Amino acid sequence: MSAQSDLQGFEPKIVGFLCNWCSYAGADKAGGMQTPYPPNVQVIRVMCSGRVDPQFVLSAYEKGADGVIILACHPGDCHYKEGNCRALQRHAMLILVLDQLGVEKERCRLDYVSAGEGEKFNRVIGEVVEAVRSLGPLQLSRENIA
Amino acid sequence: MPDKPKLAIYWAASCGGCEIAVVNLHEKILDVDAALDLMFCPCLMDTKRKDIEALPDRAIAVTLFNGALRTEENLEMARLLRRKSQVMVAFGSCAKGGCIPALANFSTREDLFRSIYLDNPSVENPDAIIPCGTTSFPEGDIHLPALLGRVKHLAQEVDVDYYIPGCPPESHQIWNVIEVILSGDLPPKGSTIGCGTLTVCDDCDRTKEDKRIPAFRRNYEFYPDPKACLLEQGLLCMGIATRSGCGAPCTKANMPCSGCYGAPDGISDQGAKMVAALGSVMDIGDTVGLSEAEISGRVSAFLSTIPDYAGLFYKYTLASSTLGGKVGR
Repeated sequence: MSAQSDLQGFEPKIVGFLCNWCSYAGADKAGGMQTPYPPNVQVIRVMCSGRVDPQFVLSAYEKGADGVIILACHPGDCHYKEGNCRALQRHAMLILVLDQLGVEKERCRLDYVSAGEGEKFNRVIGEVVEAVRSLGPLQLSRENIA
Repeated sequence: MPDKPKLAIYWAASCGGCEIAVVNLHEKILDVDAALDLMFCPCLMDTKRKDIEALPDRAIAVTLFNGALRTEENLEMARLLRRKSQVMVAFGSCAKGGCIPALANFSTREDLFRSIYLDNPSVENPDAIIPCGTTSFPEGDIHLPALLGRVKHLAQEVDVDYYIPGCPPESHQIWNVIEVILSGDLPPKGSTIGCGTLTVCDDCDRTKEDKRIPAFRRNYEFYPDPKACLLEQGLLCMGIATRSGCGAPCTKANMPCSGCYGAPDGISDQGAKMVAALGSVMDIGDTVGLSEAEISGRVSAFLSTIPDYAGLFYKYTLASSTLGGKVGR
């Protein structure tokens, strides 16, 4: 039916939680390089990836996001020592929970972007947008309960 | 007799445990009877639905509605009792958050029918008959309440005045609530009553120290130290993300809290909060010098010992959780 046609023209909405110290600066660097990247990501600056409560991720889906990106400092580089480790552990558990709820792991990605990695920021954003685009929109069960 | 305020206790998709909890008031049930006219309770009494329909609107002072909404009949009774009641209470975790019946929301209704009526090896169903609302026979149509697409909690369908959590609610808390109702000094509409606002850890008198867990363990694997925090011993105790007020009977019996009082004040999603809490106490050891892939591998190996995180974290709240169940397609 119209699944194919629905996908055409579908622009994924992605929420990106970026750590203040590394990844936000990395995004800034990407902007400074003036290489184009997809405009689908709404960036939310957080003081640390460890501040990203899994409730934030679920709320993003609830409010219409098709995917979420959490970008952290590389292991060992956390401004608060181990906030990124906690983010990693939470993310690993969260994607197991999301899988049971039918949300593909491509819709919730954690990666590391340092302040100098503008190119990696571009690449990660591009990969997530394309992965979510091919999955299609996220439809919550609340919308189709009879 | 006719002057006493009317009390109704109804069960929708529930197990009957909430009624047991009311009976567990023991001799105080006489005080309830002295003050209130328990006039509708299908578990205990023979009042019929038509008797309720015959009442004027708002004739019932308080309805304690337990059970989730699984069928159209549950839905009709919820709407009927809402219309006939002055105060509608979502009583117990099924009415508050979906509880065990709402675990069905990990599957679609169609998946459930397929595995129960079609793909089940012990079922012979050559005509592929599955439940539906109306079935036609030569003699005429018959109607049975159809299953809703999803299990819902009460507030998804009707206006709820108060919530009492618990699977089942603890009897001493039921009594507290009845005292409040009898006093007439009712809390603000929408309050969760008969409970605390903090977490079960606040009720639990075990010794709590630093939480660094080298591995998750399950109940059958060992006999836990009866004095030390169960979470610190590696058991996935839900107490850290569960509302207080029960008095922690489970941890007193050396069993981890399974989360039946739902999320504490200020928390929208009990499961997400468990992920947040456990993610910060996992101890995967020293990672200095390891590559990012090796660190991720350690985390995955750590997590692989538990087969069903979502079922554990959302055992009592799936219907009221942020995503509400398995997402659609």
